[in-house]
Amino acid sequence: MAALNNKYGWAWFHRFASPPYLYRVAGLLVPWFAWPAAALIAVGLYGGLWSSPPDYQQGDGFRIIYIHVPSAYLSMMGYAILAVASAVGLVWRMKLAHAVAAAAAPLGASFTFLALVTGALWGKPMWGTFWVWDARLTSELILLFLYFGFIALRRAYEDPRSGDRAAAVLALVGVVNLPIIHYSVVWWNSLHQGATVFVGQGSDIAPGMLWPLLCMIFGFTLLFAACLARSVQAEVLERERGAAWAAEVA
Amino acid sequence: MSSFNEFLTMGGYAAYVWPAYAIAAVVVLVNLFAPGRRLKRIKDGIRRRKGAA
Repeated sequence: MAALNNKYGWAWFHRFASPPYLYRVAGLLVPWFAWPAAALIAVGLYGGLWSSPPDYQQGDGFRIIYIHVPSAYLSMMGYAILAVASAVGLVWRMKLAHAVAAAAAPLGASFTFLALVTGALWGKPMWGTFWVWDARLTSELILLFLYFGFIALRRAYEDPRSGDRAAAVLALVGVVNLPIIHYSVVWWNSLHQGATVFVGQGSDIAPGMLWPLLCMIFGFTLLFAACLARSVQAEVLERERGAAWAAEVA
Repeated sequence: MSSFNEFLTMGGYAAYVWPAYAIAAVVVLVNLFAPGRRLKRIKDGIRRRKGAA
């Protein structure tokens, strides 16, 4: 089996099925994600709140974009991670994949919440309302409920392995919501504006507004990765708390 | 931004921009510290059981 794995170059992946290995690698990764994240977010905040010009229609109100877009992006990225990890856990019976999914769920839910709240605070002055039952907003709210459902279902079973599997099935069913969120502004007549950052070949945003937004998107992504790595450590150690290696690292 | 005052008032949108950033800061800080605290709790539990055994 080992020879077969090496032949197809999958040995590196199979090592992640070893709890102490995953625990150690995740711990080593945290600072490599966290410090660049801090730097990018600091630069992005300066650019977003100070150096970028006011919007010609929305004045300084548009500055909510610098947290709204990164959190909305992460709400979907987090769900994609959760779904892929769930699929790996279901198909290959890889227990640690379920640990990654479990670690991603509260993080993704928190950024979904943030996307909804910052969106409401942006909607009030620009649309005249905190909330409308619009396709983009409603599908994002459903995403939050999918995260809650995943978390609740996982904990609803006496046997954690049954909980893992049931929650993973829910995660896979919920994937259908991701393209709905993404294309909602195209498929339906929505109050929410369409895509502005990546439009075909270029971007519809002024360069002075774009670079801080890109800093915030990459900064938030690395921040998410740092939190996920630490959370994976906790999830793995809790599942392996009876093992000899767990006593060594504790 | 041309002045510090304009920064504080956000051109009249302070009531929306600053709460949005404040909530974002809270969410980010909770995400940053919660996993580490949970890891510490789990480690404490493992050490306690090891001490008791």
